[in-house]
Amino acid sequence: MTPTRRRRLLIVLSIIVGAGLATTLVVFALKENMLFFYRPAEVAQGLAPVDTAFRMGGMVVDGSVVRADDSLAVQFDLTDYQETITVQYEGILPDLFREGQGIIAQGKLSTQGVERPVFEASEVLAKHDETYMPPEVADALEQSKAARGETTP
Amino acid sequence: MANKQKKNPIVLFIHKTGSPEYFYKLSGRFLPWLIAITTILTAWGLYQALYVVPPDYQQSESYRILFIHVPSAWMSMFIYAAMAVMAFIALVWRIKVAEICAMASAPIGAAFTFITLCTGALWGKPMWGAYWVWDARMTSELVLLFIYLGIIALYRSIDDRRAAARVASIMALVGLVNLPIIHYSVEWWTTLHQGQTIRLTGPSSIDASMLPPLIIMAVATKTYFIAAMLANARNMLIEQDRNKSWVRRLIGDAP
Amino acid sequence: MSDFLAMGGYAFFVWTSYGIFLTTLVLGLVLPALRRRALIKELRQAYRRAEARRKPPRNQGAEQ
Repeated sequence: MTPTRRRRLLIVLSIIVGAGLATTLVVFALKENMLFFYRPAEVAQGLAPVDTAFRMGGMVVDGSVVRADDSLAVQFDLTDYQETITVQYEGILPDLFREGQGIIAQGKLSTQGVERPVFEASEVLAKHDETYMPPEVADALEQSKAARGETTP
Repeated sequence: MANKQKKNPIVLFIHKTGSPEYFYKLSGRFLPWLIAITTILTAWGLYQALYVVPPDYQQSESYRILFIHVPSAWMSMFIYAAMAVMAFIALVWRIKVAEICAMASAPIGAAFTFITLCTGALWGKPMWGAYWVWDARMTSELVLLFIYLGIIALYRSIDDRRAAARVASIMALVGLVNLPIIHYSVEWWTTLHQGQTIRLTGPSSIDASMLPPLIIMAVATKTYFIAAMLANARNMLIEQDRNKSWVRRLIGDAP
Repeated sequence: MSDFLAMGGYAFFVWTSYGIFLTTLVLGLVLPALRRRALIKELRQAYRRAEARRKPPRNQGAEQ
């Protein structure tokens, strides 16, 4: 093979590999994002698969977090303000995990031995919004809200 | 369009800067100033970002990564757009300086994309709980890195510099479709990545006290891009024109 | 000062990020500067060789 031809072959190959890689990644992302994402209401309606891993997103219900004393196990309720699903998880939670925070849990639905399905999470990710402010500003906002008689969500 | 003998000042400027020798001399004069401005702005911006601005109410000190992550992410897309404009000029008007500037931009764009991905991972681990998630925003940014690397590889793999620039320019224009995907990914798909903080129209959702370092770094990364791009382009220009009389004159005679 | 370095417990993440940012950007200016040096040296040598080929110098020894 002449150097020129080898070079051309390399070009064509790199374009094919590059385009293939890009498409694969996009498909990968779309699959993970669209096909396997459910809200608690959909899970409660039985729309989610039983033995396949999927993602469930929602808000952590205030006062629902129960931590085990002797392990990293934790249980909390996840809601989309329509339905609530209990999530069990064992591991380190992200720093942003707190009550009232939006999170995405990945795992499987377990229906064994319980009346309501329990979501057994293998990974818990915290989702934060695009708002940034100093703690004092956040406090001031809270106070002015409270003064107006609104409760914080 | 070029044979119209109009003395439009913009056209005149393009023709003048389009001359490799003029471009080389002019950029040589600007370069030290650009580097000086970039250094001062970066030092000022990072001091503000790390020391002056208050911590965030939710993420405390970790959100300081924002001040390099967000400007880098903007640059990864801004440089691509700038490169595509120059590639377009290069393809249509066959201006050598435009070709070289487009190709000189690619490694810098790749560098900013790399920084965006690394700092994003380092921010995601403590806050989200994962270094990486196959989320539409992150995946499309990773695809951007591959497109940059593809353009660089394509440009290097062809011997004839002018032909190489043309082929790589076409690839740069094709890759343009990725930019709107990156930008709108947070709206089109359910992403772990949060939405836009800074909006050109409408209110931004960052407290005013946290804004200065972001603006300073946004300007600093722009001047950095021009400086690094010119530094690359000047090298590529004298290498490509090594047998032209102007390079011989400027390089050969100097002590 | 140690408070500043600790970054509220996020020292590793914050400082590594800033380190990557600065290292990458500094390299983006230093590498072209080094390349420019090497290139000018290379071009001058090439010009000298071409010059020598065109008209063989009378005092080749003096020019090393």
